[in-house]
Amino acid sequence: MAEPLSLPRLLPSGDSAITVEFSRTIDDTANRRVLALDRVIAAEPIAGITETVPTYRSLLVHYDPVQITFDALGEQLLARAAKAPPTEGGTRRWRIPITYGGEHGIDLEDVAKALQTTPDEIVARHAAGDYRVAMIGFTPGWSYLSGLDKFLHIPRRKEPRLVTPAGTISIGGIQTGVQCLAGPSGWHLLGRTPVRTYQLHRDPTFLLEPGDAVSFTAVDAKTFAEQDRAAEAGEFIAELVAP
Amino acid sequence: MSKLVVTSIGPASSVQDGGRPGSQRYGLTPSGAMDRLSLAAANTLVGNEPFAAAVEIGPFGATFTARGGAVRVGLAGASRNAEIGGRPIAFDSSATLADGETLNLGFARGGSFSYLAIEHGIEGEPMFGSLAVNARAGLGSPYPRPLQSGDELKTKAASGAAERRIELPAATDAPIRIVFGPQGDEFTVENKQLFLDSEWKISATSDRMGYRLEGAVIKHRDGHNIVSDGTVNGSIQVPGNGQPIVLMPDRGTSGGYPKIATVITADLGRFAQTSAGRPFRFKAVTMAEAQAEAIKFHALLHSLPDRLRGIDDFGLNIEALRDANVAGQAVSAVDVSTWQVALP
Repeated sequence: MAEPLSLPRLLPSGDSAITVEFSRTIDDTANRRVLALDRVIAAEPIAGITETVPTYRSLLVHYDPVQITFDALGEQLLARAAKAPPTEGGTRRWRIPITYGGEHGIDLEDVAKALQTTPDEIVARHAAGDYRVAMIGFTPGWSYLSGLDKFLHIPRRKEPRLVTPAGTISIGGIQTGVQCLAGPSGWHLLGRTPVRTYQLHRDPTFLLEPGDAVSFTAVDAKTFAEQDRAAEAGEFIAELVAP
Repeated sequence: MSKLVVTSIGPASSVQDGGRPGSQRYGLTPSGAMDRLSLAAANTLVGNEPFAAAVEIGPFGATFTARGGAVRVGLAGASRNAEIGGRPIAFDSSATLADGETLNLGFARGGSFSYLAIEHGIEGEPMFGSLAVNARAGLGSPYPRPLQSGDELKTKAASGAAERRIELPAATDAPIRIVFGPQGDEFTVENKQLFLDSEWKISATSDRMGYRLEGAVIKHRDGHNIVSDGTVNGSIQVPGNGQPIVLMPDRGTSGGYPKIATVITADLGRFAQTSAGRPFRFKAVTMAEAQAEAIKFHALLHSLPDRLRGIDDFGLNIEALRDANVAGQAVSAVDVSTWQVALP
């Protein structure tokens, strides 16, 4: 018989949101439970919930305190968490091109030095990864992926960069990620992708969903430039492959 | 077609409305007005929906000129010297610019943001149901960026309706109320008490993403890194240097610093109006109190149409006029030249 599921902690995020916390660390089991609770709430809505935001280890539930109290909502969330099976929904798998190193991945050499190996080995291990979108956050389309090869785990930079380019693919801690818009980052830049995970006036505006599977394909800088132009024109999105 | 042309404007001024909730799961922050009550009051003055798009004007002055016809406006939020063609205009009231007339607004006093609503609203293309400017994401209409001189805000001609003023609850200097959490247990009892006992000031480097606080150094129990989780308007995160940052409507949707507490909904707008450099304190309340205040705040927002008065029904308005225009050029004690805006 399966072990009963441990109940998440309910943490108040002000008077209009509850953080439903399944774990304090990054772990795929907790993340699957977050996404499962999110799906159950979508299927069996609770009056007063205005929006849910899945993250690595918790589900942030925004609600209207005029319609439901913290205590009443908390009870209903625990009841749903207890019965939410941590199984995947229909997994979509994306293949995302990336050009590694050079001007597009200015930290590749330094990462190789820090990990006492060659840039080629870093690229080979990163490109071989089988990743899951654990959460999307911070800025539009910024996708945090789980499944990074342990060999590539590396502390964040001491000095975060104030601006890193749109489309940057980087590693930090035990994570890798696809950054859509230019912005600040303390992670190490390995390369860039022409894929826009967020593009206004495109259908879909947001490409990835939490729970999607992602793999990377190395492409040369010339291919990147061509695909980047096509993506800007809305003629290239990303390759959806069978699970 | 009437329009209001921006003839001069300082930084930190943009078109804002009720925001665009609903896509935080994709990293898209809601944005929207820093002070929702003042936005709603300005809109109510000219008969708009409470959270229609209006101009959110930062601490510096601004001028607007009507072109192509008369334009009727409602003014609320941080008060300023205001005049149209030499006629003094009180805050918390509506006024009409004839074609070619200019509205002059001085520096903000006793607050940071004023709201200029335009009767019939601002014409623009909603994105995710909102005109609110979020420059980082390239969103906002009619311009996806802060306003600049020369920008045009298109609208329909003024109706000629009688001008109104609106009676709002008196301003208060009471402490900003918070509830502890979601990571309150990452801090010792002593450090939570220090957070409540300290006098805080808002740094001049604050912006629509976050207000940086200057005061005590709040220490973490076990270091300052947590696995990123979701944020809300009013989340008070404490980074490694122990100086809290209160997250505002342009915040990131997730963050990796422990959040000691959250500003209650009813006090978010009042907190946003706190001028840089002005001392204030926090006060902890229970969840039940915070939720009761949220319900009262909701009722206040819905009571705004009942708070409209005729412009000639002076009463307190004489004082408001004197305050706005006769008391001289006193501006807030902050050196506004240091008020920086973090551009994306």
